[in-house]
Amino acid sequence: MLSFILKRLLSSIPVIFMVVLITFILVRLAPGGPFSDERKVPPIVLENLNKRYHLDDPVYVQFFDYIGNVLQGDFGPSFKYANRSVSEIIYSGLPITVELGLYALLVAIVIGITSGVIAALRPNTWQDYVPMSFSMLGICLPSFVLGPLLILIFGIWVQWLPVSGWGDAPFDKVLPSFTLGAAYAAYMARLSRGGMLDVMSQDYIRTARAKGLPNWLVVVRHGLNSGLAPVVTFAGPAAAGLLSGSFVVESVFQIPGMGRFYLQAAFNRDYTMILGTTIVFSVLIVLFNLLADILMVWMNPRLRHARN
Amino acid sequence: MPNIFHFSLLFLLSSALLCCSKNTPTNAERGIEEQILYVANADEPRELDPQLSTGTPEHQISSALFEGLLNRHPKTLAMTPGAAERWTLADDQLTYTFYLRKNGRWSNGDKINAHDFVYSWHRSLLVRLGSEWASMKYVIKNAEAFHRGDIDDFSQVGVKAVDDYTLSITLETPTHHFPQLLWHNSYFPVHQATIETFGAMDDRLSKWTLPGNLVGNGPFTLTRWELNKVLEVKRNTHYWDNNAVKLNGIVFYPIASQQSEVRAYRSGQIHLTYSPQMAIEKIADYQKNDPDSLRIHNGYSSYFYEFNTTIEPFTDARVRRALAYAIDRDKIVKLVTKAGEPPAYSVVAPDPNGYQAEALFGYDVAKAQQLLAEAGYPNGAGFPAAEILYNTHDNHRKVALAIQQMLRENLNIEVQLLNQEWKVYLNTKLNLQHSIARAGWRADFLDPINFFELLAPNSGNNNTGWKNQAYGEVLNAIRTAKTEQERQQLMAKANEILAEQMPVIPLYYMTDVNLVSPAVQGWYDNAMHFHPFNRVFLQDTASTTRQNNKQ
Repeated sequence: MLSFILKRLLSSIPVIFMVVLITFILVRLAPGGPFSDERKVPPIVLENLNKRYHLDDPVYVQFFDYIGNVLQGDFGPSFKYANRSVSEIIYSGLPITVELGLYALLVAIVIGITSGVIAALRPNTWQDYVPMSFSMLGICLPSFVLGPLLILIFGIWVQWLPVSGWGDAPFDKVLPSFTLGAAYAAYMARLSRGGMLDVMSQDYIRTARAKGLPNWLVVVRHGLNSGLAPVVTFAGPAAAGLLSGSFVVESVFQIPGMGRFYLQAAFNRDYTMILGTTIVFSVLIVLFNLLADILMVWMNPRLRHARN
Repeated sequence: MPNIFHFSLLFLLSSALLCCSKNTPTNAERGIEEQILYVANADEPRELDPQLSTGTPEHQISSALFEGLLNRHPKTLAMTPGAAERWTLADDQLTYTFYLRKNGRWSNGDKINAHDFVYSWHRSLLVRLGSEWASMKYVIKNAEAFHRGDIDDFSQVGVKAVDDYTLSITLETPTHHFPQLLWHNSYFPVHQATIETFGAMDDRLSKWTLPGNLVGNGPFTLTRWELNKVLEVKRNTHYWDNNAVKLNGIVFYPIASQQSEVRAYRSGQIHLTYSPQMAIEKIADYQKNDPDSLRIHNGYSSYFYEFNTTIEPFTDARVRRALAYAIDRDKIVKLVTKAGEPPAYSVVAPDPNGYQAEALFGYDVAKAQQLLAEAGYPNGAGFPAAEILYNTHDNHRKVALAIQQMLRENLNIEVQLLNQEWKVYLNTKLNLQHSIARAGWRADFLDPINFFELLAPNSGNNNTGWKNQAYGEVLNAIRTAKTEQERQQLMAKANEILAEQMPVIPLYYMTDVNLVSPAVQGWYDNAMHFHPFNRVFLQDTASTTRQNNKQ
């Protein structure tokens, strides 16, 4: 197992390097620069700004300087926020994105599994149709539609929940977590329904029932154990997706997370910020995928033996 | 069994939310009691250093944290004393003397003196600092030469501290609007000891503007600044006029989306929206259901289309004029933009001081067709392919669509629409790769010259490729005009040249549309979108109660 992890970690280094290189080239190819604005910056000022940020060096020198600095843990200063470094911004935004991702995952697991299991226990009844219809809706509705819709209902009409912010008002984390987690909850509901339906028709479940075990004990002790295996395999990539997929939700709810900084950096041509956030997101995605693989190998003896 | 559990859980959760949330007062309600103003401030400020900050969101905050030599009256926009209690202009019209108030203090209690202003303006002209507004000071004697590095000695620049409380400023040429410039944040003072504690005088990346570090001289002082989240200021007890300040603090939220700011207002998270234009589609709703909250007034700004006069067929002034005559501006403002914008027949917006450019052309389809035929395109025949370029925004798209249709119907010419992302759009215009592009201009100070200079042959903001020497000479004459009458005549001449040559098509003058809670007092609509916080306060009124009930 250790050699598997080491091998995967080593193979991620060139992946991340290529991501940085391609991003570096793409941002430089994009028209416009960090200092272009409707009111033009006087040429003499622009010249000095380019000098200050080493944009007048040849591009390959800039790239290798950047890589050198990153290896020493320095992502450089932000072009937009002159008095903050990219590292500082990532340091403030990353915990928020991670927290939002975790809450969304929790929403996805709790709502998804609960409704999936209920649907599987009463197949082809209204208890099945209602959650499954909602889950189809959850899959189809993008977060930029669902978010404003929830704001309208819970924030403006009934005024139960704040419409934006993060950690400033009570319950302001509820709507963004739900919006981000909804689509994943929908997937999990369908996966857990399918898994549970399979399992509940197995012989050992019938045996358990024949022995006189109460229904809930059969479900909890024997059913969930195997019925949720597809959900567990989905949870790893889902966690990576939740962490790196919060751009829209962070923008809709004005959350100061990494996703929002990433989007703004792209619009502002904040070169160092784009690269810094890309690196962090790449590392996160690689790590979570690795974690999911490890989990799958650990849970599935056949895979473990195949590897050995 | 599980479904009963499921529904009970949902019921309990909903009840808990209902009980907890309904009783929690909103920011808007709490703010009235605590005299804390909650503001949606359009965008995250990139910098609070007054010499480095550039946009409107920064200026709003800067004017709470710093104070220039002069202020403006929020109703009349007349210049009023600020850090200086009075000022004089010598007979030569070149030398201003400002007498600073002796009770002026920085937020750390230090006294403000004339040397602080000399230091600050010196700093803003250091080219390594990279102040994007340094050219605002070129009206001062030798400021441009110092900024460009032609002279090294700042004592040759026309800014002198005669004594601790007297500041003398000598200009290059008589400049009618100079006092107005002093209100701009690039003219605000900075605290020398603070700057030098956190870096060199020209250090652009210094951390002196972070909470706990920043020392200012405005009515408020910075207490919290979390990027993309919130920026808070509280009353500066050292401010010379602190007794007249009624607010205890201001909370700025960086809400860039027009839709989000309306939602924040409706939910009571903020007292007012501060971006100059709210979402157009919401205006009618507020006019009908909550007119007390809606503020619409004329801004000092212009919306127009720029021709690229270096490419066919727009090298021909007759073609440019034909297009300008073929657009029905009344229809655009009534049916498309719908925010009470006055239609424009000159790029120069009417100013509250009385200047109104004469309308030298109008909507005249016959004339437009005649001009186009004279230019060699009778009934649009053979008209080359052209595009209207605009940056991604629904309002720009709607206006472009309307104009595309008018040109098709009135001149039988087909123009395509080209939408580009903001920076790509700027780059296309910069390199003159467009044929027609939308543009807007919000004046920095209250003087028509601000608009006329846009199209000066040497203007960096002239994206038309139109370099008319006669127009440049008239502009120079306006700058040095001895009397107001002479100035007015010259401006009329400049307006005539623009109408004859038509390098841009004036479309309409933009209005500022904001939501302002009826509880906000001391907030006056004005053309410069200028709202000093030191006179604002919050008061629970009957209409506020109505607004809260509606929510």
